Amino acid sequence: MLKLLSKTVVPLSKITESDAVVRRIADAADYTPALRAQEYFIVRNVNVIIPPGFAGYLFFEKPNGNVPINSFLIESALSYLGSGDIVKIYPELKMLRTLYRKCSTHNSLSVTERCNNLCLMCSQPPRDADDSYIIGDVLQTIPLMSPETKAIGITGGEPTLLGQDLLGIIRCLKDNLPSTTVHILSNGRAFKDWDYAKAVADISHPDLMIGIPLYSDISSIHDYVVQADGAFDDTIRGIINLKSVGVRVEIRTVIHKLTFERLPDLSRFIRRNLTFCDHVALMGLELTGFTRSNMDKLWMDPKDYQPQLREAVRLLSWARMFVSIYNHQLCLLDPELVPFNRRSISDWKNEYMPECEGCARKIECGGFFNSSRLRYSAHIIPFRD
Amino acid sequence: MASIFKNAESFLPADNAYALLPFRFVRLDAGRYVAVNEVGEWQTLTRPELEALVGKKLPGNTPLYYSLKSKHFIQDANSNVAMDLLTLKVRTKRRRIAEFTSLHMFVVTLRCNHSCRYCQVSRQSEDRSAFDMTIPVANKAIDFTFRSPAQAIKIEFQGGEPLLNFELVKHIVLEAKKRNISERRSLAFVIATNLSVLDDKVLSFCREHDIYISTSLDGPEDLHNANRPNAGNNSYQITIGGIRQAREALGMDKVSALMTTTKASLPRAAEIVDEYVSQGFRGIFLRGLSPYGFAIKAKCFDEYDSQQWQDFYREGLDYIIELNKRGIFFAEHYTALVLRKMLTPYGTGYVNLQSPAGMGIAGIVYNHDGEVYPSDEARMKAEMGDKIFRMGNLLTDSYEEVMLSPALLTPLKESVAEAVPMCEECAFLPYCGSDPDYHYATQHDFVGHKAQSGFCKKNMGVFRYIIQKMEDDPEARRILEKWVQW
Repeated sequence: MLKLLSKTVVPLSKITESDAVVRRIADAADYTPALRAQEYFIVRNVNVIIPPGFAGYLFFEKPNGNVPINSFLIESALSYLGSGDIVKIYPELKMLRTLYRKCSTHNSLSVTERCNNLCLMCSQPPRDADDSYIIGDVLQTIPLMSPETKAIGITGGEPTLLGQDLLGIIRCLKDNLPSTTVHILSNGRAFKDWDYAKAVADISHPDLMIGIPLYSDISSIHDYVVQADGAFDDTIRGIINLKSVGVRVEIRTVIHKLTFERLPDLSRFIRRNLTFCDHVALMGLELTGFTRSNMDKLWMDPKDYQPQLREAVRLLSWARMFVSIYNHQLCLLDPELVPFNRRSISDWKNEYMPECEGCARKIECGGFFNSSRLRYSAHIIPFRD
Repeated sequence: MASIFKNAESFLPADNAYALLPFRFVRLDAGRYVAVNEVGEWQTLTRPELEALVGKKLPGNTPLYYSLKSKHFIQDANSNVAMDLLTLKVRTKRRRIAEFTSLHMFVVTLRCNHSCRYCQVSRQSEDRSAFDMTIPVANKAIDFTFRSPAQAIKIEFQGGEPLLNFELVKHIVLEAKKRNISERRSLAFVIATNLSVLDDKVLSFCREHDIYISTSLDGPEDLHNANRPNAGNNSYQITIGGIRQAREALGMDKVSALMTTTKASLPRAAEIVDEYVSQGFRGIFLRGLSPYGFAIKAKCFDEYDSQQWQDFYREGLDYIIELNKRGIFFAEHYTALVLRKMLTPYGTGYVNLQSPAGMGIAGIVYNHDGEVYPSDEARMKAEMGDKIFRMGNLLTDSYEEVMLSPALLTPLKESVAEAVPMCEECAFLPYCGSDPDYHYATQHDFVGHKAQSGFCKKNMGVFRYIIQKMEDDPEARRILEKWVQW
């Protein structure tokens, strides 16, 4: 697992950086002087001459002799950082946060920690704190990203709690990264307000999809899973409004002990009522955040829900809906389901288990979340050639 | 430490109270009832379950309760979004009504070289002037066609044998395509032909303009030839040869065949299916008897034949499902149409299962002489002397006059199934439709008494049989699911 937040940043010189600034990283000694004043230089070799003029310098080992102003010593776990990546340093807190990795296809911007649901299996438990500063960071980060960025995710918390500010972020993405796919993870409830859905549509982002979780065809079960009365109705109305104004919608569901039995019924409900949605993602459980507190209620061996998963996928694909399976290991899937399987786990937290040693199909497999170490299927078997 | 999470029970409605949403029910078979909602979702129930449901005594938190709630038969205090979804589904099902008329049948000639037993319209004549459509009539018909608000327009060439007036077919295709440069509709052409006068000139024109070929194949050679005599020739061999020729020139998907069930067909369902399988078709339409041809003449059109047809249909469907179980993909198209109504949120364009009726709305016929009829059956009726469905004439009447003529509106208004005695309370209403020309032909009434209606009997039988198959045979259900066009 990559370390995206480091708390061991050591100042090596006089520091004038404030914690209000987001900067891109450069690593070429001949980097254009025109941009140096806004960027950090990452020092990979302390024995060569350090190019002058950068806003700051990041060292992996302590250099001998004088160092320029705003030099920081950072831990080797951050050695993945490279040219074009974007970070924010909090000198007072001795922290560095990685906001964007140029070479990754899994960049996402967490735009708030607040949420109006409290999902039993939330992987990023919400915090009810004023985090409005995040918007400023996000609006600084986006223009620094490479225009070649394939995809950007917007997550939270619940991004729509930002209200108009979320619209500003989408506009910023459209203006700065017009050819980047944008995927927003939202519970969709705010879009029950048709005007808000329309406002998103009116931005006319060329490649936007909103991923909205729906955990059951039965309102009381969905509301229980997300721990919010009325959430099912809000979410359904939100999905309908978004599609009625032409915003693409992906339905996501997480399969666990509370949802697996009605998975085929959920498929039937979706193809009957929400057949206009653009994608359905059926996802394995990530054992992090609240899931850990609710393991007894949620955990089951994925092997044990294959019949329901197979039926659910069939029902959707027969209805010509685009359906994907996320977060599953290839060796657990019913062979009929393999074509629907996607490698979906973000690169920075994707791992394999000791049982996978020597598996011939690792490259096709979704693998595990690093958090899966806690518990994973008893049926992991490597494929042999 | 107290959990921050609430338990599942706290999200259930407090008093186990629920409200019924609109649905109808009917006895399915000895042990079961079937309830169907306004948009075709169904639920089978035992008698005690049905009584508990309507008596509002159904226990919550059970699979049956959830199933009924999921399909919007009931709603409880936990959610009020069901009506939003139901209205959305009704709108989706009914969308085609605003998209009238999509099928435009051009009778380019009545002349034909066959003398089929069940045909009332064809003429064995060399007299072109009497039975061929003229260019002025054709041009008027094209004008009418493009007045339709439908985005998708299909022009079907009918006869007689339309290829006996191929020059006019060419004219219509070229004119319609020219018009479509500015109209930008989704425009398709199909020629309904017996294939006997197919030649390279016809085929290369069809290839150039993506024209579909629809022909008649009634079954094995002896049956086909008995039903469809072509004086001095082997009609079956001509058809099979033509199918091969057309497929080679146009592609497999461009050639389809229709069968008509005669009394002689009834005991031979499996053989007829086998004929289609061996000719490389991926499906068959087991068409019901229609009371316009020989059946009317023989005065034996109704009860008896309807039951016989049902036996024929069941035997055919069972046989086809068996074929599929053995790995052969082959569909029964009537079942597939009904399944689309049962399983999807969409309606179908099939003319005879619409309410309001499909006549004039789903399809329209431009006869060779400019007369306009709302269906093929209506024009046959006219050829037999009863012009009750005549909507007007292309040469003398405007589009508005024709489409708003009482000959169309009266049967449409009277026969809306949702307001017809016995239909309005029938559980199968969402799968069915109204067929004013059938009921006029058999009972001299656009509505008819449904207890004496072969149309009703036949379709009730089909709906019951399909639901039983779906409920009782999981393997058949998987097969049937794959026939559905989404």
